[in-house]
Amino acid sequence: MTDFTLWDIVRNLLLAGRWTVVLSLIAFAGGAAVGLVLTLLRMGGFKPIRWLIRLYVDVFQGTPLLMQLFLAYFGAAALGFDVSAWTAASLALTLFTSAFLCDIWRGCIEAVPSGQWQASRVLGLNYLQSMRHVILPQALRLAVPPTVGFSVQVIKGTALASVIGFVELTKAGTMLNNAAFAPFTIFALVALGYFILCYPLSRYARYLEKRLYGAGIR
Amino acid sequence: MALVSVKDLHKSFGDLEVLKGIDLEIESGEVVAVIGRSGSGKSTFLRCLNQLEQHDWGTIHLADQRLDGTAMSPGELSQNVGIVFQSFNLFPHKTVVENVMLAPLVVKQTPRAEARKIAEEVLDKVGMLEKIDAYPAQLSGGQQQRVAIARALAMDPKVLLCDEVTSALDPELVGEVLLVLESLAKEGMTLILVTHEMKFARDVSHRVVFMHQGRIHESGDPQTLFTQPKTPELAQFIASVL
Ligand SMILES: Nc1ncnc2c1ncn2[C@@H]1O[C@H](COP(=O)(O)OP(=O)(O)O)[C@@H](O)[C@H]1O
Ligand SMILES: [Mg+2]
Repeated sequence: MTDFTLWDIVRNLLLAGRWTVVLSLIAFAGGAAVGLVLTLLRMGGFKPIRWLIRLYVDVFQGTPLLMQLFLAYFGAAALGFDVSAWTAASLALTLFTSAFLCDIWRGCIEAVPSGQWQASRVLGLNYLQSMRHVILPQALRLAVPPTVGFSVQVIKGTALASVIGFVELTKAGTMLNNAAFAPFTIFALVALGYFILCYPLSRYARYLEKRLYGAGIR
Repeated sequence: MALVSVKDLHKSFGDLEVLKGIDLEIESGEVVAVIGRSGSGKSTFLRCLNQLEQHDWGTIHLADQRLDGTAMSPGELSQNVGIVFQSFNLFPHKTVVENVMLAPLVVKQTPRAEARKIAEEVLDKVGMLEKIDAYPAQLSGGQQQRVAIARALAMDPKVLLCDEVTSALDPELVGEVLLVLESLAKEGMTLILVTHEMKFARDVSHRVVFMHQGRIHESGDPQTLFTQPKTPELAQFIASVL
């Protein structure tokens, strides 16, 4: 067995940490794109679509992310698709993120006072024009703090991708520990890695929230 | 021909019949004050006039055009009937001038420079020109309401509806908004005002309409109506508010 210096451990964790960051970014960007489309469709008038999207949101919010990852990975294989851990993890995390963002953003749109719709309507703006010029800009301001806050959940969620063999921070920690047998040091460092990624985001979310309410927007 | 012509207007919410047959003709340039107890259907009447509520029966004509039914899109409607509410509902993320320019830009597709000119004109009318770049949150209630009036005027409506536009204001801010309405009246703007300001109704309006239980119970010129009410209901109402 080779000897691991602390630096070896840190270096390996940092290398794997890149993939945590990349997977988080993919999940967040993909989730935001899908979530935005779902939010807009859900706000539209067509009942069956609204119902389907609600079901989608409920399913992803009501099942563990771990199961979603298993289903994406092993389920796809059972259906005859050959998906890599990368694809499965990206897919599952994207869907998971989209469901939560859809719900957060719907709440923000509904939080815009109904008087704004009315004012916009009596000035002659139609639904899409009202959305674009009056409702969404206000909803967007409300949405920034909870969205940034949720990004923390996405980063921590990527840890679960380790169970399908995706080598990110957590998986790298496990592998290093198998070789180096220094569980406390290694997992403390892994935790520190997540903290370094998440802490600035949650601080930023809290700051944004304070600023929003301080400005008396609502 | 009257500018606004309402015939046999009926409106129910479920089992509750709120408007039980309203007939009203309003000439161009006329200022009509609508008074009456809370719940008598005043707001519902105004909301039917600009189709925020669909009435069940009757017709509304503006100039020669049928206003109700599917004849007019919201865009066309806003160029015929403007409305201002008790709550100003300015767009908080836009400056004063952006609030006023939005509908001309988006609905009428007015070129930006021209929309800006229109906005400056109407803001001047309501005395808000110097606050053109302020955000609504930086304005007093009275100032916000004046901007809301300017925003409605920017679409150049043929008639302006005002639903208790001073009711949400602190007493010391009521006067500035009433002054704006008075100057619009003097300019010949056709106004239909639901108001609790009896002095204003008496001094500024050409005609007062008293609504009671979903009907026009009594109407006439302000002097006679306030001094010699014909019905006990109006006499009682006047006694209760003066
Ligand atoms: N959207 C609505 N749904 C149900 N009832 C309503 C609605 N709008 C108004 N009403 C009822 O209609 C009646 C008249 O209301 P309104 O026109 O607001 O009276 P006013 O403005 O004279 O106080 C009231 O009894 C009110 O509760
Ligand atoms: Mg009312």
